[in-house]
Amino acid sequence: MNPRLLKPSPRTVPRLIIGAFVLGLLVLAAGKQLPVHLLISDSLVRTGMNGILVLAMVPSIQAGLGLNFGLPVGIICGLIGVLIAVEANVSGLAGLALSVAAAVPLALLAGSVYGRLLNRVKGQEMMVGTYLGFAVVSGMCVFWLIAPFTNPILIWVIGGTGLRYTTSLRHLFGGVLDNAWAFSLWGVKVPTGLLLTFLLACLLVHCHSRTRGGMAMHAAGQNPAFATASGVNTAKARIQGATLSTLLGAIGIIIYAQSFGFLQLYLAPLMMAFPAVAAVLIGGASTRQVTVGNVIIGTLLFQTLLTISLPVAQAVIGSDVTEVIRLIVANGTILYALTRLDGGGQ
Amino acid sequence: MRAPAALRRSTNPGAWSKLAMENPVPVLFLALCLAGVLVAGMHPVFLINEMIGRMARNSFLVLSLIIPVQAGLGLNFGIVLGAMSAQAALAAVTHWQLPGLFGLSLTALLAVPIAVALGAFAGQVLNGARGREMIASMILGFFMNGVYQLVFLFMVGTVIPVQNPVMLLPQGFGLRNTFELTSFKYSLDNLLFVAPGGIAIPLATLAVVTGLCLAMRWLFNTKLGQDLRAVGSEEHVAAVAGLKTNRLRITAVIFSTVLAAWGQIIFLQNIGTVNTYNSHDQTGMFAIAALLVGGATVRRATVGQALLGTFLFHLLFIVSPFAGQRLLGSPQVGEYFRVFIAYGIICIALGLHSWRRR
Amino acid sequence: MLTMRGITKEFGGVSALKNVDLTVEAGQIHALLGENGAGKTTLLNILFGMPVIRATGGYRGTISIHGVPFSPKDPSEALAAGIGMVHQEFMLIPGFTVAENVKLNREPLRHASLGRVHPSLHILDRPAMAADTRQAFTSIGVNVDDWMMVAGLPVGHKQFVEIAREVDKHGTKLLILDEPTAVLTEVEAAQLIEALRRLAARGLGILFITHRLDEVLACASQISVLRDGELVACLPAAEASLRQLAEVMVGRPVERQPMPPRGTVTGASLRFEGFSVEMPGERVTGLDLEVQAGEILGIGGLAGHGKLGIANGVMGLYPARGQVSFDGEPFRLGQPIEALSRRIAFLSEDRRGVGLLLDAPIDYNLAFTSMNIEGRFLKRPLGVPWLTWRDSRGMRTHAEALISQLDIRCTGPDQAVRRLSGGNQQKVCIGRAITRQPRLLFASEPTRGIDVGAKSLILDLLARLNREAGVTIVITSSELAELRRICDRIAIIYRGRLARVLPPDASDADFGLAMAGRPPGGDL
Repeated sequence: MNPRLLKPSPRTVPRLIIGAFVLGLLVLAAGKQLPVHLLISDSLVRTGMNGILVLAMVPSIQAGLGLNFGLPVGIICGLIGVLIAVEANVSGLAGLALSVAAAVPLALLAGSVYGRLLNRVKGQEMMVGTYLGFAVVSGMCVFWLIAPFTNPILIWVIGGTGLRYTTSLRHLFGGVLDNAWAFSLWGVKVPTGLLLTFLLACLLVHCHSRTRGGMAMHAAGQNPAFATASGVNTAKARIQGATLSTLLGAIGIIIYAQSFGFLQLYLAPLMMAFPAVAAVLIGGASTRQVTVGNVIIGTLLFQTLLTISLPVAQAVIGSDVTEVIRLIVANGTILYALTRLDGGGQ
Repeated sequence: MRAPAALRRSTNPGAWSKLAMENPVPVLFLALCLAGVLVAGMHPVFLINEMIGRMARNSFLVLSLIIPVQAGLGLNFGIVLGAMSAQAALAAVTHWQLPGLFGLSLTALLAVPIAVALGAFAGQVLNGARGREMIASMILGFFMNGVYQLVFLFMVGTVIPVQNPVMLLPQGFGLRNTFELTSFKYSLDNLLFVAPGGIAIPLATLAVVTGLCLAMRWLFNTKLGQDLRAVGSEEHVAAVAGLKTNRLRITAVIFSTVLAAWGQIIFLQNIGTVNTYNSHDQTGMFAIAALLVGGATVRRATVGQALLGTFLFHLLFIVSPFAGQRLLGSPQVGEYFRVFIAYGIICIALGLHSWRRR
Repeated sequence: MLTMRGITKEFGGVSALKNVDLTVEAGQIHALLGENGAGKTTLLNILFGMPVIRATGGYRGTISIHGVPFSPKDPSEALAAGIGMVHQEFMLIPGFTVAENVKLNREPLRHASLGRVHPSLHILDRPAMAADTRQAFTSIGVNVDDWMMVAGLPVGHKQFVEIAREVDKHGTKLLILDEPTAVLTEVEAAQLIEALRRLAARGLGILFITHRLDEVLACASQISVLRDGELVACLPAAEASLRQLAEVMVGRPVERQPMPPRGTVTGASLRFEGFSVEMPGERVTGLDLEVQAGEILGIGGLAGHGKLGIANGVMGLYPARGQVSFDGEPFRLGQPIEALSRRIAFLSEDRRGVGLLLDAPIDYNLAFTSMNIEGRFLKRPLGVPWLTWRDSRGMRTHAEALISQLDIRCTGPDQAVRRLSGGNQQKVCIGRAITRQPRLLFASEPTRGIDVGAKSLILDLLARLNREAGVTIVITSSELAELRRICDRIAIIYRGRLARVLPPDASDADFGLAMAGRPPGGDL
């Protein structure tokens, strides 16, 4: 037997711990006669819902920018896309397509600006990204208050000005992907369209890393000196990484919103980067290395954990510990990655 | 005939623009604040009262950030750990119903061992995340927030034997979302209180803040202060000179955490209510924004910058909702705007720092 | 005072020091001479108790100070025994004043009542710090203000602050200076030598490590020369001459590599006029040199004189100026793509840092540059011209061919290069260069960090590449013997410019003098 299988590398530690925990919870759930098939259905939905936001970490890590804590930059672009589609009252798949179409140019622009900024703050990308994300989200709050949207489902009924905190998408395109080709298997409802969208995005990102541009970007991230000596423009490669990550963030939040059924504005996107970062780290990524496989495993594990911990804890100790578990697991994983994997001790 | 000459010298455009170039952040902020004050059109007594109150209750927290900056750890977002220690101590003393200044002093004492333990832990973690201490301290704050909730929401009343229907949630365990500090609300502020011309001045609290400023000056004249500065400037050189750099860095974080705990106690005795699960949330972020507004950087922070920053930051905090109401008819615009300013200022300061360092 | 007997040190089976004896008397300035890699630094590390020595298996031999046996386990023991060290890179805190630096961690304290809680809470006695500092500067005969910030001081003064700090330490008996004049102007260097004389006159022993021959003769009373880890000379300065020292320092038997017969020349020529490169630590300042098509040109010289800057400047990795023509046509500086697209290949001196993607497999490392520059190893799976795809099979086939051609020892083309030995990593770098079918190859320090057996394999590969494929090769190396083994001509660089071009069979003394920036046959 291969001895490396017996001794886990630091990168697989979070995956093993969380995996064991999830397994334990599932056993507990079955033991407590909880409806396991419903829990699995929910986990699948939440995996597909969050997957592309997690996937947005891949180009960022590959290009050497580290974990993209500035994900809200992309999320805001996606939200604007959805707003435009809702304002135009376009429903169904067409509405979803319009959201994406409106968000893409915004995300490309915002991402390239973001990438240029990150090129100026080499070494502090994660910290600057975090606060840029916070600043953009809170700055956009002012915009939401004065934005020129007129569709009555978007704006406050009383008081007149400004967008609502949440807008239901149920009558437009909420759940169109979740319900597309959905089927049930042993009581588990599979959101086929949603999962296929996620997997398609994964496939595209994987394919991108095998193209010439993708390989150049990856080399620039792994070893900028090597890439430069081989004729790669590392500054451009990093901008490319930031742009792609922002783009995925924008599309990710659109998919998230359609699955969730609500559009959430104001401070809702503030902390959204953190669960995405945690998920990719749980999947086995580090701040320098990542694969699409890490994204899929990490999202599945993390979202399953969050989904099933609620009813299991309710049944076992009679209260909701999900929020606490989310905080401890997500930030514990990030902290572990920052200190143990490739953090300090030069 | 002397005064005009002095005035002319001080209004010399060269000197002013040099001042502005060297301290872009405070100067910009000052301009923003002045504009805000003009637009908001508030009553001066109200404004002065608010400012004195806010300076008294917030300065201590901002000052607690200075030591880690000088010791090379950057901005310590981990001062929320100090705030948590303070709230734990406050909860305990409230539970025991120890009143007034005695209770407050006991709280301050009780917070110390908790803050020292958390600070030592934070220092260890940050030593493991060299070069990215700031983001690690921020995530550490979030992480410990989870642990804090675990303890106070689920372990108090179950694992930790407490029976107190006033403090606990109806389910019999877990602290309530808020608890009142009825017995020591204003207990420090009112200790020595004067109000000349309708302007309330909590002399005792201001004296405590002044005491900390002096202690800070004194600290940086001791051997310990010198060692901390040496580690902060050139860790390698300090190590070769025989200084125990890891221990010094941990010491710096412990100091910061303990001071932050005391700062949070001063803050909360003024507010009078503890939001068990939220009061500490923004502690680090607002204190850091204030420090940066004063012109401090990731590598350099002084007592003067901390005080100036606290003043400017809170001035903007007070005026922006009023200014928003006047300009756009919505106080919310101003409220979001000030949050935006807090985040934005941190982002810009961090960006400028790593940009200039290259 | 200091006596070292039979010091022997090995690093993983490679001997760095062989049976070295060294004695420094009180009041003596003892110069230790040697090329890069002669073992000077290792000897210092042993004397200073650096952890690296123990981590690599310790040393053999005895050291004593004033007759007392001494075997330091860490630097603090060396300090306690009275050894003061002035480092090559300044160990100063720029934001502190001169006095604060001189007294760092040895500050005189004024009693404070809180000091009873913890001794580090006593207050600094700043007047006493300033007074001690002034006294230290007086004793070395230099005037530096104690209240100045170190950040603003000229380089020479920083050096004096370091010396003052060591002198101020009570009980410093032996002062070690590691290449102290490398960064100084001539005036500053003269001032330093004067200061050292004063200190020696006060009874301090001084060990002075350098590779500048003329300074040694100017100030030392005793000279020892290390070469390849052996003490090859130890003589009073009065009896030494520049030429003799140069010969001893460089001289060693040279075996010429058996060279294959010369085939057709495919390589290009390269011509530098007024060529300058801003590479920190290896600046080139106005080089004039011609590399002839099809030759192997060696570039030698001491560390820090700019020999490594040349290749890095041409490759566009550091800012460069001047006129360069490649194959008779003008060459644009400052862009890596220019050198790459004209088929100039580069083996970096920083093999692991610049030369390889350590976590990527061998085949990917071999193919990457060609793929990025020429679009080789790419396919268009959907027939769309702009959609290019990695051709994994093509890469693998290519890698298999090169692995057998270059005899790369590995488990297969998909092994990560991090797991390969130094020699095999270098073969991967050469393989990538060959993949580009270069017309000119820069090989910087091609055998650095490679064990002895593999060294000749690498040199043999380069020789064959030149003679059989006709590629022009420029080898930059700190090891003169290696250059003399395979080069057709050797250019010696001194202070960023060409000192001389020598044939490989020129005398040891000529090489030594050229490296010291002296005219041929010259002497003091």
